[in-house]
Amino acid sequence: MRSLINTSRPPVFCPGCSHERIVHTLDKAFARMGLNGNQVVIVSDIGCSGLFDTFFNTHAFHGLHGRALTYAMGLKMARPDLKVIVTMGDGGLGIGGAHVLSTCRRNIDLTLLILNNFNYGMTGGQCSSTTPQEAVVGSGFLNQLEKPVDICRLAAAAGAAFVTRTSSYAPELVDEMVAAIRFDGFSVVDMWGMCPGRYTKRNKITPKSIDADLAALPRFKGPVPENQRNEYGRGYREVAAGLSAPARPVKIEAHFRPPAGGRQEVLILGSAGQRIVTAGEIFCLAGMTGGWHATLKNDYPITVLRGHSVSEMVLSPQPVNYTGIERPNVVVALADEGVGRRKKMLARLGGDTLIIKAAGVTLPETGATMQAVDFKAQKIKTQDWALAALALLASKDRVISMDMLKAALAVRFKNAVLEAAVELVDRVTD
Amino acid sequence: MALSFIEGNEAVALGALAAGCRFFAGYPITPATTVYNAMLKYLPPEGGVCLQGEDEIASIGYCLGASMAGVKVLTATSGPGISLYSEQISFAIGSEIPLVIVNVQRLGPSTGSATKGADGDIQFMRWGSSAGLPVIVLAPVDVADCYRLTVHAFNLAEQYRCPVFLASNKEIAMTRESVDLDAVELPDIITRKTADRAKPFLPFATPNDHTAPDFLPIGDPTLVRQTSSTHGVNGYITVDPEEIQAFQIRLEKKLKAHVDEFTLFERDLDPQAKTLLVAYGVTARAARVAVAASRAAGKPVSLLIPKTLWPVSERLIMDTAAAYDRVVVVEMNMGQYVREIQRLLPGKPVGFLGQMNGNLIKPDQIREVI
Repeated sequence: MRSLINTSRPPVFCPGCSHERIVHTLDKAFARMGLNGNQVVIVSDIGCSGLFDTFFNTHAFHGLHGRALTYAMGLKMARPDLKVIVTMGDGGLGIGGAHVLSTCRRNIDLTLLILNNFNYGMTGGQCSSTTPQEAVVGSGFLNQLEKPVDICRLAAAAGAAFVTRTSSYAPELVDEMVAAIRFDGFSVVDMWGMCPGRYTKRNKITPKSIDADLAALPRFKGPVPENQRNEYGRGYREVAAGLSAPARPVKIEAHFRPPAGGRQEVLILGSAGQRIVTAGEIFCLAGMTGGWHATLKNDYPITVLRGHSVSEMVLSPQPVNYTGIERPNVVVALADEGVGRRKKMLARLGGDTLIIKAAGVTLPETGATMQAVDFKAQKIKTQDWALAALALLASKDRVISMDMLKAALAVRFKNAVLEAAVELVDRVTD
Repeated sequence: MALSFIEGNEAVALGALAAGCRFFAGYPITPATTVYNAMLKYLPPEGGVCLQGEDEIASIGYCLGASMAGVKVLTATSGPGISLYSEQISFAIGSEIPLVIVNVQRLGPSTGSATKGADGDIQFMRWGSSAGLPVIVLAPVDVADCYRLTVHAFNLAEQYRCPVFLASNKEIAMTRESVDLDAVELPDIITRKTADRAKPFLPFATPNDHTAPDFLPIGDPTLVRQTSSTHGVNGYITVDPEEIQAFQIRLEKKLKAHVDEFTLFERDLDPQAKTLLVAYGVTARAARVAVAASRAAGKPVSLLIPKTLWPVSERLIMDTAAAYDRVVVVEMNMGQYVREIQRLLPGKPVGFLGQMNGNLIKPDQIREVI
């Protein structure tokens, strides 16, 4: 029989370790499937299961503790044609728990072989996520306080499409491995075994006792009926194939001569829901239709549906270096929340700054030139106030012109939305 | 001239595509999330892969797996995510896995302020891995740099088989800016060198002590081994102290011996100036304004903007600084890169302006220290 065993690096497990049986069983499974070494990747975790990749003439990837499934995921998405086998102990299962659950949910075509021997063998027999509470291990009394996880029930609950619970000594283990590797989706094989170096010295366990323990647990032998579905990678590629390539960023041509010269700083102080960010973008686009360079910084809390919303815009004939705003040419004050974020600056302003203030907004003492506007009286909804304020500026050729503003609207909006925006900017008055 | 209006994070994504990136994985985190958003928009329709990991450790793990399959990979996060990446970054360094990491820095420490900028991870990126071996860190100044330096980052990751950081900052990443991407000069695209399949393949063999090994992907007809363990040229564990030491020396030298070949910088020198200002990242923009104002006021000053932060471009800094009586370093932290400048210029007065309060350092503040 053809073998993928690396004869120059024979297994180095402790005498009596069930891992060694699994090495040979896995080799038999490969042989039965007629796999060549270059069709297989063994991704091994840390601990004794982490030695597996060295025993085989296959592709090999050995990485960090608990993270084997993450590398396997990347490999499989990049090379769907490869058979990717992950070997992991009960230690990796614990530390990499989030990856196990996510892989179950994803149903990507990987095979996870869990070499479950109930303890951390390599570091001295400490308790793992599967150590029984009554076991005597290297973690003192700590395992008595923690319930071991039933990885098969957990995997099935998380959506694993194929789960097998078995003994490392089961005569049918090779069949179970073949079925798991052949399965088109994520397959988990939980193989109970013995760690003579660390665990069985103080905990009586035999192949027979393993069988008895397994018989008392819910049975898992292969496909989990309720979790059958499309394999993740295929599903991904099917969806992606139907996506059309998005447009690259729009290019804005300069068509107009701006009504102002030199660097222009404009600040909009509003609240969530007032479309401040959109107005900031439109203002910058308007500037760009006049051949200006533009920058836009937005400041809003992480809970986007309430609180302040502030946009800072700089327009300049030259590329903008410093993007901060110290002495704005224009401030649009639309809500107390926004004003509250810039109180210190507002107090410093002099008469060369124009503040367009919506009725009802309270400003701190300031030397700026004030223009109050009652947008409500003009039947303009609060979410349109920012755009209306830009229209006021444009109608006076202050910083931007109406041509520039309308050209920006045409870049940003289409059809009915554009028509409504143009209608709005045409009807706003002081 | 037709300008686009995009933020730094989108420019990073466009740079990655231009560099041939076909795989992205990340975990949402402000202010890096929009790199992920952009890659999700662009990659899958082009046949690439964009994934959202269950956490940062998984996201970079996917990237390492895909990179070893021969794909150019990108991930993006911020300081808290870099912490979680750390062990995987060590793996990528030691096992020579090409990878580009965008670190959109935000105000720390810890979760800090998600929507405030800082350059607080400059030493962290360099030293935040076990064994302390070098990495490459590039610092963009603006949106055009986000585009251009991302392409450089991929080239360097491929050429030197190492993780390369793009040290971005919320203030560049999430600030939208007018930019003519077509006018940005991009380097020729470099792809990792394929090993000669006619010879027996040793995954970590090199012809000398200062280059990266030639590459074959996992899945190649030839068997490929990758391991995070201390390995010999054959990819198996080694315990031979001589082989181990030679390996560590090579990982150090493959970057440090070549830094002059990828020293990216801008320099605006005034022959009359006695003071050299050094600033990087978004702060360099305020420095440009301060320098122009200072000169206009009759006070000449010179400016050096290093864009390759790590390995430190020692020759550039020493040669540039030689002509000046005084050097002033300005950065958005409490004093990180200034340590490197001081180290390189013993005996020369090195002034420092640092600020980490969520605000940009202002040109006027810089003028005060010039």
